[in-house]
Amino acid sequence: MEQRITTPITSEVTSNLSAGDYCYITGYIYVARDAAHKRMDEALNKGEELPIPIENETIYYMGPSPAREGRPIGSAGPTTASRMDKYAPRLLDLGLKAMIGKGKRTKEVIDAVVRNNAVYFAAVGGAGALLSKCIKSSEVICYDDLGAEAIRKLYVEDFPVIVVVDSRGNNLYETAIKEFASL
Amino acid sequence: MKIINTTTISDNVKDMCIEANYYLSTDMNSALKNAINTEKSELGKKILNQLQENLDIADKEMIPICQDTGMAVFFVELGQDVHIEGGSLTDAINEGVRRGYTDGYLRKSVVGDPIERVNTKDNTPAVIHYDIVPGDELKITIAPKGFGSENMSRIFMLKPADGIEGVKDAILTAVKDAGPNACPPMVVGVGIGGTFEKSALMAKKALTREFSERPTIPWVKDLEDEMLEKINKLGIGPGGLGGTTTALAVNINTYATHIAGLPVAINICCHVNRHTTRVM
Ligand code: SF4
Repeated sequence: MEQRITTPITSEVTSNLSAGDYCYITGYIYVARDAAHKRMDEALNKGEELPIPIENETIYYMGPSPAREGRPIGSAGPTTASRMDKYAPRLLDLGLKAMIGKGKRTKEVIDAVVRNNAVYFAAVGGAGALLSKCIKSSEVICYDDLGAEAIRKLYVEDFPVIVVVDSRGNNLYETAIKEFASL
Repeated sequence: MKIINTTTISDNVKDMCIEANYYLSTDMNSALKNAINTEKSELGKKILNQLQENLDIADKEMIPICQDTGMAVFFVELGQDVHIEGGSLTDAINEGVRRGYTDGYLRKSVVGDPIERVNTKDNTPAVIHYDIVPGDELKITIAPKGFGSENMSRIFMLKPADGIEGVKDAILTAVKDAGPNACPPMVVGVGIGGTFEKSALMAKKALTREFSERPTIPWVKDLEDEMLEKINKLGIGPGGLGGTTTALAVNINTYATHIAGLPVAINICCHVNRHTTRVM
């Protein structure tokens, strides 16, 4: 099924998403990858506040290439989500609603998705030029010393993603492969 | 004897870094395009079409095909009758990388130390493999390598008794484990034989081979065909979201090995299999 959704994403929306749905996201989303997740985790360990709001928000696992003059961003496709698996359950328990990345997740992450009625989307890996066209603005909001790994806030319009893990724990990576396997 | 100046080398390397990250080679391009016709999954077809669109946008609007513009890997064949003038060849290549990644708006993804992990901010140093060959030419191939797929690469030190079946299992295991992480459809580079490091190097180099160029050893050619067919029956598909296009090619290189061993290295590459070559 095709769906258009806007951020922030509520539980009502995630309840209606199923693994395999093709979605177009519009609204603000945050960008963070390994180094930023590590810092957010350390901040939480020290009892500090997170540098971004987390309730019902979306994190896109991505590290863009530099923007040319007059453009908001460079190439901007997803990075491998499993490197964030260590940190994701904690953020989901704090209210994070959606993650966008590519590749498999651990059982701990999938359990946390179900527990929090959240969602894991995949964007097409290696389509960074195409995806950059849906990004209308990009602003580094913290950890700018991390360069391509800084936390950014993006405004996206009709950003194409596919539901891989839905709030019931269905996992498209497992079901779809079975459907087409013939070995 | 031919004299080549390091400035010429840096200039060429700079252009090659940019070229490789904005345009795919013709064989990769047409393999990706042809896959649209054979793919059985609707979602898979849609993704393959998006990859075409992505290549178009990269070309027309000068946006790198993928944001992971890779670690710069080089295969250098230096003719023994070439004299390099103006400094060190390695420095000249790194200078080209520095300029290419900066002027070409490419992402700098290299950290100077694997544990301390501070970004070098210019994507150097490159990984350079040298080969001394007869003649008076300098042939440089760049293959920027993204790590989504690099991280899924494997090496197996099989026993001779494992034989060709063991090799097949190793390849299928690596591809299965890579799944969606390696941004399929993939290109699978395989090195069989040699030593531990030789097999890995062969696997990496196999990724730079033109698809039309086929192995001369009959069993190697057969193995490539069989493995490609089997991999495409795994069901992984474009983006790992199910389908019949999991790999576009399986390229295998082989070498002599020791009586006690059968090394097999599998270097997985994504559909952004970038490489370009220049001869000076
Ligand atoms: S694996 Fe390849 S296509 Fe995927 S993000 Fe890395 S470089 Fe890009």
